[in-house]
Amino acid sequence: MRHKRPAEGGFSEAMTALIETQGLTKHYPAGEGVVAALQDVSLSIAPGRFVAAMGPSGSGKSTFLNLIGCLDRPTRGSYRLMGEEVEALSHDRLADLRSRRLGFVFQSFNLLPRADALANVELPLIYRGMPRRQRRERAAAALAAVGLADRMHHRPTQLSGGQQQRVAIARAIVGSPDLILADEPTGALDTRTGLSIMALFQALNRSGVGILMVTHDADVARFAERVLRFRDGRLIADETQNAADAATALVALPEADAVA
Amino acid sequence: MNATLPPIASSPRRGIDVFEALRGALSALSANLLRSILTALGIFIGVAAVIATVAVGEGARRQVLAQIQSLGANLLIVWGGSATMGGVRLGAGGRSNLSWDDAAAIAREISEVQVAAGSIRQTFQVVAGNQNWSTTVLATEPDYFTAHEWIADGGRLFSPEEAAGGRKVVILGATVAEMLFAEDDPVGREIRIRQTPFEVIGVMARKGQNPMGQDQDDTVFVPYWTARRSVMGASRANARQVGVISVKVHEGENMAAAEEAIRTLMRQRHRVAANEPDSVSIRNLSDIQATRDASARTLSALLASVAAVSLLVGGIGVMNIMLVSVTERTREIGLRLAIGARRRDVLAQFLLEAVMLALLGGAAGVLAGMALSHILADVAGWPVLVRADAVLIAVGVSALTGLFFGFWPARRAAHLDPITALRHE
Ligand SMILES: Nc1ncnc2c1ncn2[C@@H]1O[C@H](COP(=O)(O)OP(=O)(O)OP(=O)(O)O)[C@@H](O)[C@H]1O
Ligand SMILES: [Mg+2]
Repeated sequence: MRHKRPAEGGFSEAMTALIETQGLTKHYPAGEGVVAALQDVSLSIAPGRFVAAMGPSGSGKSTFLNLIGCLDRPTRGSYRLMGEEVEALSHDRLADLRSRRLGFVFQSFNLLPRADALANVELPLIYRGMPRRQRRERAAAALAAVGLADRMHHRPTQLSGGQQQRVAIARAIVGSPDLILADEPTGALDTRTGLSIMALFQALNRSGVGILMVTHDADVARFAERVLRFRDGRLIADETQNAADAATALVALPEADAVA
Repeated sequence: MNATLPPIASSPRRGIDVFEALRGALSALSANLLRSILTALGIFIGVAAVIATVAVGEGARRQVLAQIQSLGANLLIVWGGSATMGGVRLGAGGRSNLSWDDAAAIAREISEVQVAAGSIRQTFQVVAGNQNWSTTVLATEPDYFTAHEWIADGGRLFSPEEAAGGRKVVILGATVAEMLFAEDDPVGREIRIRQTPFEVIGVMARKGQNPMGQDQDDTVFVPYWTARRSVMGASRANARQVGVISVKVHEGENMAAAEEAIRTLMRQRHRVAANEPDSVSIRNLSDIQATRDASARTLSALLASVAAVSLLVGGIGVMNIMLVSVTERTREIGLRLAIGARRRDVLAQFLLEAVMLALLGGAAGVLAGMALSHILADVAGWPVLVRADAVLIAVGVSALTGLFFGFWPARRAAHLDPITALRHE
């Protein structure tokens, strides 16, 4: 069982880092030249933290998240995930890392429309070769953990946006990842539903799962304990803060905002 | 809220579960049921047509084979007249240059030969009581039956004495027996050929049609010398003439060598000059079979090309629909890659879908082809035979078609960039 360590900021986490980058840079070809989507990002994140990446549109937040998620390879610089140098790894090994260490949550949920909630949550375990019974049990437990024990056999179209995002979160945590990567997880949700997702993230984080969340919304970023600010592909600020409690914020929300 | 799940014991990653993969492929195919059916239709029709035509062809081949075998194994037929006469069939009325003594010489002098029997045939009215029937009278000796591997069904064949001595005995072919005596047993009864009474001593086993379509059972058999004296003899210029000589070569001997020896012997006996063509022509039943086989091969080649074309068209259809499916499901592919699928998992997923699509089309095609064969057999009365190996090959080739034409789309899916795929609209 993992235990929550007190928040500490800056670059002092190298020894126990979950994530460590040095001069991480990503260029994309654009017409004749290149776009520097990410430039010289060096940072370190300890296990079990809740970190938000903020910045204006086009500042490189998603590029950063994709590199951390082993979905993309940097143009320059190094990236270590739990001490393992990622550039050197084969496609298969990267897939393996994604399936064991990471969980993804997307703005648009990305659930398989033909599969019910349970089957969607099972999916990552299928690629880990887990036997069916064990898979079902875990998927059901993950759905219960996000408060959807009674919606296991609903298809995505039979669920609200917030419920769909919960299914996506259940899918992200079903493999016991070390880190959840979330790109604008509340972007498609109303304020109240967004807050409930933040409350869920905080609960997951308290149980030891690290979270790296991209958002351009300061109202959402305040629930993280550390905020990375990007501009024009550069990391311009890296601050720790006292995270607001989402569950409290949810209770405090005026009734009028509750638009189903 | 307690959101903690127990950690997963670290075990070596295994392949993804086959049952799950099959279920996934089936569910993907049934999600677009109509489209899947239409795509599989190409392969379905091709396979059904091939199964049915192969069944019909095979049935016909078996029938011909049975007919050829009915004539007797290792049989050579020697015809009078040279090959330059077009191998024209010379009956009793024609001027055959073969004689009874030629047959005896072949039997005596060529070591490969087991028996050689001359025969001559002519059409007569035969009468029994108030029934009469026009049939072929075949004048021959007992060795004829050995050469043609033909046995009596009732009664007996000629004895050597009867063959040599001119006794008026006759053996009926099954068709003649039926025409003259219906249900009765003809053995011991009397028939007349050209007013001459003959005693029926036997009835031949039924042999059916020969490969030329003639009913071999519409014949009566009379000892050679009896026929020459009392039925055919009087008007003949050459009283020792025969129309054909049936030669049976010993089991295991070379047919071609025997054939060559007969040709040479006949040239000597007929005093053919060195620059003249052969005096006889020889038919080997395996020649007839070879001709049949050649036309069967042409038919098979035609069928194979029809099958190849329909599978090609069907395969292109599969490829097309798989490409569409990969494009439609780009986001799904991106998601699967993001949550831990390896490239080979995605490749396998789409390959499996393509193979299932082709295989289902092929399997349904096999069933339809078999049904069509049975309908042809029942309604048109054609002899059909669905061979197990044809079915297996059809199913196997369908699966291979899916594999081949599904590979490129599946590879495209597997090599998608996960980020681009996830952003796909
Ligand atoms: N595949 C790509 N090809 C070319 N340029 C790209 C690609 N992906 C991102 N970029 C560019 O890189 C820069 C950073 O993009 P990124 O998606 O990381 O921004 P972002 O901070 O996530 O913005 P947003 O808040 O709008 O999502 C942008 O200028 C974008 O145009
Ligand atoms: Mg973005």
